[in-house]
Amino acid sequence: MVTQETTANAGARQSARKQRSMSGTGGRTAALFLTPFFAVFTLAMVAPVVYSIVLSFFAQQKSGLGFGEAKTSFVGLENYLQVLQSESFVGGIGRLALYCLIYIPCMMGGALAFALLLDAGVARARKLFQLLVFLPHAVPGVIAALIWAYLYTPGVSPIVSVLESGGISLNFLDNHMILPSIVNISVWEWTGYNVIILFTALQAVSREVLEAARVDGAGEIRAAISIKLPLILPALSVIMLFTVIGTLQLFTEPSIIGKATASVTSTWVPNMWAYDAAFNRHNLNQAAAASIIIALLAAVLSWAVTRFSSRMNKA
Amino acid sequence: MSTSTMPRQHATPPQTTASERRNAKRSRRFTGTFTVNALLVIGCAYMVLPVLWLFIASTKNTADLYGTGAYAFGQPAFLDNVAAVLGQDGGVFLRWMANSMFYAAFGAVFGGLISVMAGYAFDKFQFRGKDSFFGVVLVGVLIPNTATVLPMYLLASVFGITNTVWAILIPVLCNPFGVYLARVYSAAYVPGETLEAARVDGAGPIRSFFSLGLPMMMPGYVTIALFQFVGVWNNFMLPLVMLQDQKLLPVSVGISIWQGYSVPQPEFTPMVITGSLLSIVPLLLAFVMLQRFWKSGLSAGSVK
Repeated sequence: MVTQETTANAGARQSARKQRSMSGTGGRTAALFLTPFFAVFTLAMVAPVVYSIVLSFFAQQKSGLGFGEAKTSFVGLENYLQVLQSESFVGGIGRLALYCLIYIPCMMGGALAFALLLDAGVARARKLFQLLVFLPHAVPGVIAALIWAYLYTPGVSPIVSVLESGGISLNFLDNHMILPSIVNISVWEWTGYNVIILFTALQAVSREVLEAARVDGAGEIRAAISIKLPLILPALSVIMLFTVIGTLQLFTEPSIIGKATASVTSTWVPNMWAYDAAFNRHNLNQAAAASIIIALLAAVLSWAVTRFSSRMNKA
Repeated sequence: MSTSTMPRQHATPPQTTASERRNAKRSRRFTGTFTVNALLVIGCAYMVLPVLWLFIASTKNTADLYGTGAYAFGQPAFLDNVAAVLGQDGGVFLRWMANSMFYAAFGAVFGGLISVMAGYAFDKFQFRGKDSFFGVVLVGVLIPNTATVLPMYLLASVFGITNTVWAILIPVLCNPFGVYLARVYSAAYVPGETLEAARVDGAGPIRSFFSLGLPMMMPGYVTIALFQFVGVWNNFMLPLVMLQDQKLLPVSVGISIWQGYSVPQPEFTPMVITGSLLSIVPLLLAFVMLQRFWKSGLSAGSVK
């Protein structure tokens, strides 16, 4: 996908050059308007990815005892093999998969339920509810993770003390609870954002259709399930796509929580693994390979989600 | 509420009249109204309480933070906390806030403009290879940001621009999703006839963009800029990787450093909390004041 991207880009640039040499307003002015974007796009995305691909095929090798200067040599796919054979990297992928399995249904289900409630004829103060539900999205990931880290810490946490007064002792930061605890932070951050998208899509559902259903005797719940839901499938699939891509970005929350608990290791998720490779293990070539693997994973997943949702929408 | 009307219905004699059926319907409606709004309130409480906790916690000193109820007030220490935040390390917090403001505003204004120009071109001009160009933009949308951060760092170190503002300012100009949004906005807000009329009157494409297209797309520009502002303000991994100099850090990374201090030294905790609160105030204000824009941005983003 990355190579596809670069060849597509090279081809595009070539045709842009052709356009520029042609007379007529269309191509030449378009090039003028598009050049700034494709310039920063090349600098900030294409070139770094290409350079990382190159780096990922090399390794710094030290002579026998580790003395003397490191030599750079071509190692082919060696770095990729090392990354994929690393127990901590594979463990991180597994953890990320588990995170997706819990997070996506919770967040999507919550957002859908809230949007449908908001869209129900009897809902009051919709503007206020929308603003409040969107509030967490105005809180940066770092701060969200910090707030929840305190809300999980015994002694400060109101949740822990309420549970304790009910006779339940739960450590949100231990090995078993840490994953659900981080899922909760992400759910908190992203549900409201998606509620607004779904609510806007629901508002576009024709009121006449809903009125007709009501005349035919369908209640609110029936109408929500068999009329509203199918009509907002396109919006749901867009959200699904961005959610899947978003989960692969997981880095900020576990890094921040990791300072408050030992349950989060320095290689807890793939992004942290790559960061650790670059800045703690000082193996830039391996870090490059890990980044490329993450990008490829994103490509495969978003392709799968798009395929799946276009089939859903057709059906 | 609903329970007070229900028993009366059961008490009435079994002869069902039209008015009674209406009553039953109304009471069911009442129950529905109550349930729906109660669920909405519960959902909002989940969203709001953590932020409210931050507000209350920022008014406490270390002892009260650990000693009083989470939603109870202790000795009023808010001003002391603010003074501690602003005074720490010679006022570095304000520097971090100013840096965040600068990076985010730069990305919003210029990155937004670059995206708007590109989206406008995709919508209004005809040129060869348009679809493959736009395909490249969409690929950019789908690549997770964090996957490109390390590659950017690796490349930036070749050019020796790590630990300089350029390592932040160049990436924040790149916003493929903004291009996608801008194309939607251009199609919705800028009628082709207006541009045609301008061309007949002799205005060049650049002039008609700045005097007609851009003003018409202004709501879209504000929306794209708002999202870019928030995105840059919230960005954590990019500055964490790129910057070492404390004076260049944005507030997100700065606060996380303080949090690191607060683990062995709990007396840092009120500062972390109060600093966190101060750092989200600009965003909260922007969101409350610009409600119209983020709502339109979210709806435009989900249409095909």
